[in-house]
Amino acid sequence: MKLGRVIGRVVCTQKIESMQGLKLLLVQPIDDQKRNVGGPITAFDVSRAGEGDLVWFESGKEAAQANPNGWFNPLDAAILGIVDQINREDAE
Amino acid sequence: MTLAKVTGNIVSTEKHPHYTGHKLLIVQPIDPGGNPKGKPLLAVDGVQAGVGDRVLVVDEGGSARQTIGDTDAVTIRTAICAIVDRVDLEA
Repeated sequence: MKLGRVIGRVVCTQKIESMQGLKLLLVQPIDDQKRNVGGPITAFDVSRAGEGDLVWFESGKEAAQANPNGWFNPLDAAILGIVDQINREDAE
Repeated sequence: MTLAKVTGNIVSTEKHPHYTGHKLLIVQPIDPGGNPKGKPLLAVDGVQAGVGDRVLVVDEGGSARQTIGDTDAVTIRTAICAIVDRVDLEA
């Protein structure tokens, strides 16, 4: 899993059946000090996240398995949880 | 498997049900000498690891689910499967 921040949403009307009803969010991957890592990705959300939230997401086939419409789908990134707090070893 | 150091944890209340009851740790991949290598990632703890521990991380679904002992938790991909006591390096 990786950390990310929700920076927007993606709205698609025309989409395949296994994507119906899913909320698509733009996620900027970040590290544990909340610095950006690479460019934003689009992920579907199962954790009721919204814009500005810190989240954690999974990629690959494990993400597809989180789709409530069934496991056979082409999605490869899913927001699985909202981050309440990050505790770091050297942070006070 | 990747050598990594546990550098922290995250608290998450709203999450996928597969992750209920599991500890989520921030792990920084390291080289055998202990120097950071690449970007940190999150892993489910399968061995009661804590901050500061050197650990082995599996980043593959089947291995991760066996590590945490729940083969039905199909959205889990990354897990800590061992705490490293010692790394012996050729001099």
